[in-house]
Amino acid sequence: MKDDAGVTREQRVEALGGMGCKRKRVEDARFTQGKGNYVDDIKMPGMLFGDFVRSPYAHARIKSIDTSAALALDGVVAVLTADDLRPLGLHWMPTLAGDKQMVLADGKVLFQGQEVAYVVAKDRYIAADAVELIDVDYEELPVIVDPFESMKSDTVLREDLVAEDGSLPDGAHGPRKHHNHIFTWEVGEKEATSQVIDSAQVVAEETMYYHRTHPCPLETCGCVASMDKVNGKLTLYGTFQAPHAIRTVVSLISGIEEHNIRVISPDIGGGFGNKVGAYPGYVCSVVASIVTGVPVKWVEDRMENLMTTAFARDYWMKGKISATPEGKITGLWCEVTADHGGFDACADPTKFPAGFMNICTGSYDIPTAYLAVDGVYTNKAPGGVSYRCSFRVTEAVYFIERMIEVLAIEMNMDAAELRRINFIKKEQFPYQSALGWEYDSGDYHTAWDKALKAVDYEGLRTEQAQRVEDFKTGKTRKLMGVGLSFFTEIVGAGPVKNCDILGLGMFDSCEIRIHPTGSAIARLGTISQGQGHATTFAQILASEIGLPADSITIEEGDTDTAPYGLGTYGSRSTPVAGAATAMAGRKIRAKAQMIAAYLLEVHDDDVEFDVDRFVVKGAPEKFKTMKEIAFAAYNQAIPGIEPGLEAVSYYDPPNMTYPFGAYICVMDIDVDTGEVDIRRFYALDDCGTRINPMIIEGQVHGGLTEALAVALGQEIAYDDMGNVKTGTLMDFFLPTAWEVPNYETDHTVTPSPHHPIGAKGVGESPHVGGVPCFSNAVNDAFRAFGLRHTHMPHDHWRIWKTANKLGLHG
Amino acid sequence: MSKKMHIQLTVNGEAQEFLAEPRELLIHTLRERLNITGPHIGCETSHCGACTVTLNGKSVKSCTVFVAQADGAEITTIEGLGNPDKLHVLQEAFKEHHGLQCGFCTPGMITRASKLLEENPSPTEEEVRFGMAGNICRCTGYQNIVKSILAAAAEMSASKEAAE
Repeated sequence: MKDDAGVTREQRVEALGGMGCKRKRVEDARFTQGKGNYVDDIKMPGMLFGDFVRSPYAHARIKSIDTSAALALDGVVAVLTADDLRPLGLHWMPTLAGDKQMVLADGKVLFQGQEVAYVVAKDRYIAADAVELIDVDYEELPVIVDPFESMKSDTVLREDLVAEDGSLPDGAHGPRKHHNHIFTWEVGEKEATSQVIDSAQVVAEETMYYHRTHPCPLETCGCVASMDKVNGKLTLYGTFQAPHAIRTVVSLISGIEEHNIRVISPDIGGGFGNKVGAYPGYVCSVVASIVTGVPVKWVEDRMENLMTTAFARDYWMKGKISATPEGKITGLWCEVTADHGGFDACADPTKFPAGFMNICTGSYDIPTAYLAVDGVYTNKAPGGVSYRCSFRVTEAVYFIERMIEVLAIEMNMDAAELRRINFIKKEQFPYQSALGWEYDSGDYHTAWDKALKAVDYEGLRTEQAQRVEDFKTGKTRKLMGVGLSFFTEIVGAGPVKNCDILGLGMFDSCEIRIHPTGSAIARLGTISQGQGHATTFAQILASEIGLPADSITIEEGDTDTAPYGLGTYGSRSTPVAGAATAMAGRKIRAKAQMIAAYLLEVHDDDVEFDVDRFVVKGAPEKFKTMKEIAFAAYNQAIPGIEPGLEAVSYYDPPNMTYPFGAYICVMDIDVDTGEVDIRRFYALDDCGTRINPMIIEGQVHGGLTEALAVALGQEIAYDDMGNVKTGTLMDFFLPTAWEVPNYETDHTVTPSPHHPIGAKGVGESPHVGGVPCFSNAVNDAFRAFGLRHTHMPHDHWRIWKTANKLGLHG
Repeated sequence: MSKKMHIQLTVNGEAQEFLAEPRELLIHTLRERLNITGPHIGCETSHCGACTVTLNGKSVKSCTVFVAQADGAEITTIEGLGNPDKLHVLQEAFKEHHGLQCGFCTPGMITRASKLLEENPSPTEEEVRFGMAGNICRCTGYQNIVKSILAAAAEMSASKEAAE
């Protein structure tokens, strides 16, 4: 059908650039020309630079700090120590996990690299010189880097958490068992699970360490604090994944009224969870700007980033899984010892001290389960953020996907088949899991079958069996691993009824203003760190309000202009802010409908929305385009309708979303060098409704590469003295183009039933599903030689050791 | 603080002359002194390549070059490769093939790729992957970066043939 302009409906749809199309990114013009505006690009008149004196020791008492030589250096403006911050009550700050953390060392240090003093100088070179001139007298204390030892040790790491009479006051998450213990978090039925497992005919047990690593975005953390003493306003630019939450936190701890604080997240060079928390550098920069009255910039270097800001993982997970002789899983037991470092600075919703670890029943219909997590202090850096995942989901999925493999070995079954017979069935959704979640939608069997067929799974197993034979007869020194993983994520935190951070409900928001000439600006409470929000949120709106995506500006990250939101992490932007965007768009449409009806001189109910216009029902030749309606909203006095066309929506999601996927990795492993060659990686993702397939594919490539890194070598390692052994990119593995394979992407579409556009979020799925897939491939390569489980990271050296232990080196 | 040196550079075709401490790093000269903020700082140890510039015809990590070492040099940064009216073929290709996400590595990545394609106008995928291994990207997994560079190479070869 053609309208009067000779344009077909399909052409009108295409002209919008709405949901489902591979819209090119609007961000790219500035980024490809070097015109991004990252925090270190910000320059302000008179701006000073901050730099830290950091502890070389992992555990030490501070006897004295002599700053005199530094202060005497030309160009040094100030040096702050805990003594300077104490009168302001800022020598400690609250963490996101209900603990508190030293801003500057208050009498002792608890991890290597801890902030001891903050130098403010005219440029970064002078600041660095001054750092060298500060003399700190340390008295070394016993160092604990092992959480199990910590729970037995007489050494008290946190004297501030022990009462004078020696008793242990409750922590933020209840009673504590030991002076180095933080919390115990239990979910599920302990007795019932214990009974099921004890009486089961088949039980598999395994303990696995999910090593400590780091999100390591290419841009480190930093900020510029600018206190304008004339008008009393503080402007804080920074690498913040949650700018509004930072504003509230800054207000609460500084006493500056929130309306006098403007937080701006400029372009962010990757976050992956590293930029969720609040760091001492932010607090010190704010204080320094208040003290000096001029802007102060602080940008950490890579070593500071890796050593001190927000690690991820560090979970010891002990599992038991029981099944019938046919392979139907009957129970799951998971005990976690979580190493949180010197302060509990985990970034999790308040009621979830171990995040969503209780998604660890995975994609399987497991009737009975129990999870217990113990958080423990050690002399390591604080953090515990969700590195490209939603609050410990990566740990949970790794756990269950390894346990399934171990069970398959125990039962001498094919791991793909074992998964299939335990998947939650399509008709069971919405599915109530044994550990308390309601999975919204899924079709796991379809996805699994599609994936297995795509890679010719049986053919792979035949080839693998032949390879084992060839290896045994000396024809090859390479083994073949087939890694399987089927993951269910839990993202889009979350419903305000059970999800908050520091008491702030985890809703999100969108505000839309339609301009008279039919273009628009929409502002959100989220902030892109590479996800392409300016591109995709405009696509959602284009489809919802019928104006071209190219005519819609998306703005985020400025708390003075954007509506309040909880930011971007945990794949929550599309599930929460994306929903707010659609809902705000629908409010615009509702008003537009009334305006259209007035203009067309019919009743409101007699017009309907069609792509980019409202048409009179049954008379499509009578219509008003959204562009015409926008203009009318500003130039006509319409009875009963306010002028203008704006809307705002605060969206409190009724549930999380549960993206899922099926990944298969095929690798060859050189038994003599430990090198791996990833021959093939197939990734099927179901993220519900797909907003922009190009961006989804890019997210999958990136997430898989971060998964490859974590599984195959990336770690934050400590020696017994608490020294960080992986503090530079020389030691901390970030894959290059040379190590990374080409990925095959695929999809199924199972929309979320409760999300306004059915979208579930995708950015973190490939990381969550990818880590166990790579790890399973390595383990699988050695299955024929008796390997049950070997810990990550599977770097060449560790793989060689595994082969050696199995006697494969002759 | 050591004695300042008289430094002359040509950056993106423009002559620059100033006094600087010899220990000043070239990346800081570009970013702080000359306000050329396309090249970024990612690691300070020559590993990530976010600071890549072309210095006297070679790809160089400007975070580990003292400005004193660069005295007299000719330097090209991302800002010298194209302009809003006429983007470099690589800039277009990265946009077209989704060769970037957060954008932080992109200036170094494109600057390096431009040099790679000068050295080898028709690289294989393997040669691109090897030739770009000094530049780290945390977002894209490289697949679309490689695709962008191969597409740009094809485009540049095609227009060269057309011109001949």
